[in-house]
Order: sequence, then C-alpha cells, then structure tokens
Amino acid sequence: MEATTQDRIRQQVTETPVVLFMKGTPVFPQCGFSAAVVQILSHMGIKFKGIDVLSDPGVRQGIKEFSNWPTIPQLYIKGEFIGGCDIIREMFETGELKQLFEGKGVPVRA
Amino acid sequence: MAMDAAEIERLIKAALPDAQVTIEDLRGDGDHYAAHVVSGAFLGKSRVQQHQLVYQALGARMGGQLHALALQTSAPEE
Repeated sequence: MEATTQDRIRQQVTETPVVLFMKGTPVFPQCGFSAAVVQILSHMGIKFKGIDVLSDPGVRQGIKEFSNWPTIPQLYIKGEFIGGCDIIREMFETGELKQLFEGKGVPVRA
Repeated sequence: MAMDAAEIERLIKAALPDAQVTIEDLRGDGDHYAAHVVSGAFLGKSRVQQHQLVYQALGARMGGQLHALALQTSAPEE
C-alpha cells in the first residue's frame, strides 16, 4: 500500500530529530530564506536533515497543508513545527532557539 | 507578481480589525515587504499561531503572489 504524502511527511519529521523543508539543499540553497535558516543551524552546530521541496512537487504542496503554513522553509524539531525563516531568525536572536534545542535534547555547539 | 502595500494592509485589517500594521517595501520593487503587525488577537498565542492568523488573512496570495513578506507579530504592550 502506498503511503500518502501526509503520512510520508509525518514519518520524515518524526524519524529524524531536526528536519528542514527547504528550497535546494543545505549545500546549495535555492532561496535566500532557506539559506538563512541553514546558516543559523550550521552556526549553532545543529545536525539536521534538509529536504528539498523543489525536487518533489507532492511534498512542496503537502508540507504546506501538513503545517497549515504557506511558505518554505519550515523547521521541525522532534516532529513539532517550529516556524519559518522569520520566526527562526527571531528565536535565534533572542536565544530562544538554543533553549528550545537544548530542552528537546538536541546538542548545540554555539 | 507584485502586490501593493496598501492592499496587504487592507487584507490584514479586514481579518484583524484592531491591527496596527506597519509595512516596509524593502527594495522599492513592490515585491519584497516586511510587515509588523500588532493585534490583541495575538494575546496568549504562540508565534506560529500569530503568523498563521496573518497568513489566513492574506489567503492564497501568500507564497504565490506574495513571495517575500518578512513577518513580525506581537500583542499590544500592556
């Protein structure tokens, strides 16, 4: 039986602790907003999995329905949707992002 | 694909009538905006929920017609 896109997304965000749905890859982001979040995560030394929505139109649409959130990038920690670029940037600046990662047991370097 | 700043403000206020909306056209090209929205509707809500309210107000335009809207939301100061 073929899993639906929603099931597939749910599986992806629960089987890896930190998942970023983005345009392009962590090495070659295709959008400034995705690049900004990759930069923050890299700076913090967070190990994460990048999922390129440009290579999968089903996921590109499906992830927006999954989170009721219209834009990419989208960051998930332990299955929970944390936010898009603006929220991640704001949380990084206030130190909340570090607290959140640590609270969820994800090692942070910086 | 561009959208007028006044139209963005109108849509947000239609959904959140008490909202104070400040919109900045970041590049002067009618395509890259930053919006700061203050509304009592945000009280007690998480950032994700606050942004979702604004996205709902903008409907299908967000992510389509409106690619670049940097969003900042807050509840009114006590």
